[in-house]
Amino acid sequence: MITKKIGRIEFTLLSPKEIREMSATKVITADTYDDDGFPINMGLMDTHLGVIEPGLRCKTCGLRAGKDGCPGHFGHIDLAMPVVHVGFVKYIRNCLRATCRECGRILLSDERLEFYKKEIERFEKEGRSIAPLVKDIVKECENVSKCPRCKRENGKIDLDKPTTFRENGKKLTPSEIREWLEKIPDEDLKFLNINPKVARPEWMVLTVLPVPPVTVRPSVTLESGERSEDDLTHKLVDVIRINQRLQENRDAGAPQLIVEDLWELLQYHVTTYLDNQTSGIPPARHRSGRPLKTLAQRLKGKEGRFRSNLSGKRVNFSARTVISPDPNLSINEVGVPIEVARELTVPVRVTPYNIEWLREMIKRGPNPKPPEGVKYIPGVNYIIRDPKTLKQRRIKITEKNAADVAERLEVGMIVERQLMDGDIVLFNRQPSLHRMSMMAHKVRVLPYKTFRLNLSVCPPYNADFDGDEMNLHVVQSEEARAEAEILMKVQEHILSPRFGGPIIGGIHDHISGCFLLTYKDKKFPIQEATHILSAINYRGKLPNIIEENGKKYILGKDIFSVLLPKDLSIEYKAKSCFNCEVCTAPNCPHDAYVIIEKGVLKKGVIDEKGIGAFKGLILDKIIREHGVDYGREFIDKVTKLGITAINICGFTVGIDDEDIPPEARRQIEEGLEKAKKKINSLIKAYNKGELEALPGRSLEETLEMEIMRVTGRARDMAGEIASRYLGLDNSAVIMAKSGARGSMLNLSQMSGCVGQQAVRGERINRGYRGRTLPHFKKGDLGAEAKGFVSSSYKKGLTPTEYFFHSMGGREGLVDTAVRTSRSGYMQRRLINALEDIKIEEDCTVRDPEGNVIQFVYGEDGVDPAKSIAGKPIYIDKIIEKVESS
Amino acid sequence: MAKRKTKKNEVKKKDKETKKEKKVATPKKDKKMLLEEKILKILDKHKKSLPYSIVEDIVNIAMEKKLENKLEKLVLAAIEEYENNCIEPAEACGIVAAQSIGEPGTQMTMRTFHYAGVAEINVTLGLPRLIEIVDARSVPSTPMMNIYLEGAYRVDPDLAEKVANNIEMTKLIDISDMEIDLTNLTITIKPNEKMMKRKDIKIEEILDHIKKIRKIKGELQDDGTIKITLDEPGYKNLLNASEALKNLKIKGIDGIERVIIRKEPNEGYVIYSEGSNFEEVLKVEGVDPYRTTTNDIQSVYRTLGIEAARNMIITEAYNTLMEQGLNVDLRHIMLVADIMTTDGTVRAIGRHGVSGEKTSVLSRAAFEITVNHLLRAGVRGEVDTLKGVAENIIVGQPVNLGTGSVKLVMSVPNFKKK
Repeated sequence: MITKKIGRIEFTLLSPKEIREMSATKVITADTYDDDGFPINMGLMDTHLGVIEPGLRCKTCGLRAGKDGCPGHFGHIDLAMPVVHVGFVKYIRNCLRATCRECGRILLSDERLEFYKKEIERFEKEGRSIAPLVKDIVKECENVSKCPRCKRENGKIDLDKPTTFRENGKKLTPSEIREWLEKIPDEDLKFLNINPKVARPEWMVLTVLPVPPVTVRPSVTLESGERSEDDLTHKLVDVIRINQRLQENRDAGAPQLIVEDLWELLQYHVTTYLDNQTSGIPPARHRSGRPLKTLAQRLKGKEGRFRSNLSGKRVNFSARTVISPDPNLSINEVGVPIEVARELTVPVRVTPYNIEWLREMIKRGPNPKPPEGVKYIPGVNYIIRDPKTLKQRRIKITEKNAADVAERLEVGMIVERQLMDGDIVLFNRQPSLHRMSMMAHKVRVLPYKTFRLNLSVCPPYNADFDGDEMNLHVVQSEEARAEAEILMKVQEHILSPRFGGPIIGGIHDHISGCFLLTYKDKKFPIQEATHILSAINYRGKLPNIIEENGKKYILGKDIFSVLLPKDLSIEYKAKSCFNCEVCTAPNCPHDAYVIIEKGVLKKGVIDEKGIGAFKGLILDKIIREHGVDYGREFIDKVTKLGITAINICGFTVGIDDEDIPPEARRQIEEGLEKAKKKINSLIKAYNKGELEALPGRSLEETLEMEIMRVTGRARDMAGEIASRYLGLDNSAVIMAKSGARGSMLNLSQMSGCVGQQAVRGERINRGYRGRTLPHFKKGDLGAEAKGFVSSSYKKGLTPTEYFFHSMGGREGLVDTAVRTSRSGYMQRRLINALEDIKIEEDCTVRDPEGNVIQFVYGEDGVDPAKSIAGKPIYIDKIIEKVESS
Repeated sequence: MAKRKTKKNEVKKKDKETKKEKKVATPKKDKKMLLEEKILKILDKHKKSLPYSIVEDIVNIAMEKKLENKLEKLVLAAIEEYENNCIEPAEACGIVAAQSIGEPGTQMTMRTFHYAGVAEINVTLGLPRLIEIVDARSVPSTPMMNIYLEGAYRVDPDLAEKVANNIEMTKLIDISDMEIDLTNLTITIKPNEKMMKRKDIKIEEILDHIKKIRKIKGELQDDGTIKITLDEPGYKNLLNASEALKNLKIKGIDGIERVIIRKEPNEGYVIYSEGSNFEEVLKVEGVDPYRTTTNDIQSVYRTLGIEAARNMIITEAYNTLMEQGLNVDLRHIMLVADIMTTDGTVRAIGRHGVSGEKTSVLSRAAFEITVNHLLRAGVRGEVDTLKGVAENIIVGQPVNLGTGSVKLVMSVPNFKKK
């Protein structure tokens, strides 16, 4: 619970007065520690500025170092001569250009000022930025040579990047600039986009430099006992040293030239202290040659304070390890290794109702030995005796004190109990591209050292098991647990808000299994059928038993029907539909027209379009009609059914699966030969100038396009012939047809012909002058010379083919690498632009300022996650409802 | 402006007219209208409302399944279903939209060029195109237009060709050969009769255009060639003149580099163009300004206004995603388009647009150009009111979205210690 809330944050400039007032001490010595290793007074590590070593007390507030101790205090350095603040150079330039050096007023007549005042008011009323107006004002002032008030001739102000100003070519010292800026009256500042209530332009020329507390720049003691200071401290040492020299020289009346040189050096050090990447000056470097990380660098960029520490924070109660599959878990469960479960804790408040249970648990200690037959029981790691103050009250439970602490357990304490089965945890895989990348699972504590998850939740996480790691977070409060359970559980995310369809469903073997189970009138001997049914814990009546030759069989379709709710009716074309010209719908020869009537699969085969992730229509309908919990159970069961079925049927792919009969091989070769001839004749026509150019294309382009077309067709032809000899007795074909994995293209490349390799969408045309490889003649435009691979993967590629194939492959790799970074940045921008938008109580869509973005969300107010693939209502359901009433 | 308005009015008039005609023509439509009215009456009776798309659906399904007499039940069931499916207040629809568009980005192709629809024209597709749309680029990397024709131009290939000639930019070099005579410092232009005839250009037109170039004179010779003489002879001037002549625009519209005429089923002749100049093409006679499209969002904004630009962003983004086989709900894209266009201009998603104009200092600082935003905030005395998401995360407070926006607290009775 939040006790204090930050209402707003105001940003202002620090005035020299404020800097001195908040300063705990003046810093004058450049040294940090004396010979005994104690901080020097009025040095950069003065204990007035806070302490970092444990045990020491701060001289300003008297608190110790550490988390809840002294936060650190600012000090200050009095600069001998003023210097310009690099960050505000742009504002200073505007001020100098727009005002008179004599009287400090803006170089515009009263009428013009009045006009601009009105404009500014208008802009502010419209909520627009006044930056363009300021630009206009400054531009107008630049063209005024004579001050309309005091008639002074003002010169042209130039800015020598980064910090030197010149008037008519004459250098302005920071002191002069400061004097000038002091003259500008408050009323005129708003024309320069400066708010006089919080900022005066002369403050942008520093006379005193705040020194951040030591807690901001802690020094590290190395193993050798040597101290290593923070970059900021190094830089501040430079500033103080030069400042001192400057002061001494000035006071001693040194020549102007020397003073000016030192002044400029001071300017350089202050500039790099603020921003070490200022263009135009060399960055200050560490002894080792590494550029120093000064103030601006600390805040900026991906590793800067804002993005790395403020927008993203490190958390406790989290774990990370490799993931591996476990089909025996439900989709909303996660297998947690015992080691992890012992380390992660859930806080439990002691109440009269659970005190005995907790006492028992504490007695077991942090590493209890489970009773016979049980693999794991939770113990307790800590108890918090006084939850209100939280300080120093955390008691670690050990084998020794367990019994003792258990005795002293009282109502109101908090027990940090180890993870146990049924706890709600958040599970996440990076990159977290959508909200399904972080879902709530129920814990199942399991042996071994990986997180286990059901295969069906791989698509939303985009996970595989080639070494992927995932994170797990234990939610710590009752509110968080409730939210996680209601909003984040896996079943709440089966339907994706991206397109209003299921994103969790069967994958790979689940689909192949269901395909094998339900294809045509596949039947299983009763023993096998009962085995399959036992996998889903089926307790009902056995489906129809068919007797044939005295043996009992059960139809695969009937086995599948067991899973379907009794009121489910649906008709659709399966993934394996051939898109025949004349669709015979219910009598499809490929069994690709699915009819489910009242929970019975009458016709059709179950494949990707029925139960697959992203596409599963049956899944979609079940969730819409029976809710997400039923949907979860359905997915659990359907996947188990699929796996058992595929286990019984057997499923294997080997090299000889890609074998095609010699006559097919011959046909393909003939086809490829024909294609090559065609290409040669095209080239001949081109060489003779007989080729007709396509409109708006040059001859070369036309030729390339024609050849690409021929090679494409040649590959298709090879695939077509190959697939004629690869039937559904081939496991790879089953996978491709059912949508489990792979495609017919992959198959035809394995057994038919790999096809044309392309780089940047064109045939390969790079390499040597006039040819791709020295194996070919110069100017050879033929198929082989430009990357056509006529071999199949099974047959093996020739050396040149192999080379071209690698070229195409490499392009793909580069493409993926580029794509991830580009799309990542696009998504970051999108998120940043849209993150604050929410639906208000009146169903309008607004930004946090209350500006209406949409009056009705999405023009119909429908939640895309609840929509039916984008449609606002499920019209079939309504019809059913009305018809049945 | 005035011109545009009248045009728009015309559209409306035309639409109305056609609608009326159709009403009279088909009694089936009439029946639909009747049903629709009935539904609206039922809705009025129950003081509810439904989006028009649902009403339409009900009408269609009622007619198909002959459920006219159960209309009220149907409507009530639809209302219930609709209200169930409505989005809930406090939903972070912005983030969901951003994720829904960003996430499929990883699955898109990077290949800039792809052959779409018309094989002859290159169009940027996939991720680069999507980035282009959210960037609100002033000119797309591959501008193109689909120019539809009206009336007789649609059916007559000659007329269509004529329109195409008026649109496609023709340079002098395209229709003639040029010879530079270095000894006499003259240039001879030999017009290609065949090309000129095809492009429907007369020699006088060429002369007219040549006249417009300063410091040279063009004279028509007897053999049909044009002789160019310089006012101030010199090699450099000759070179400059030849360059100017090569790129001399004789006919067509700036920016339209290539056109292709194709006959589409149920449509007639359509002109596809590489390069885009929406403003000018709409003025060409024979072009149907109501259906002609471009992929240049900014030019649509300039000519047709912000609403058109919004629709354009939606269709372009949706088609880009669909073409890649990625299914994204239209509502997400609408939200992005609406964010980009709420203030009446097309703003980019990024630091120069939507993100840069946020009121919160911390949110801007956390996005990009951190230091400058902080310094500016100091000078201007900006105040961060911590209403958005990023600010509250930075400060360590619950975010004002979803369950975080609910301000309800339950008091729990204290347990008495035993």
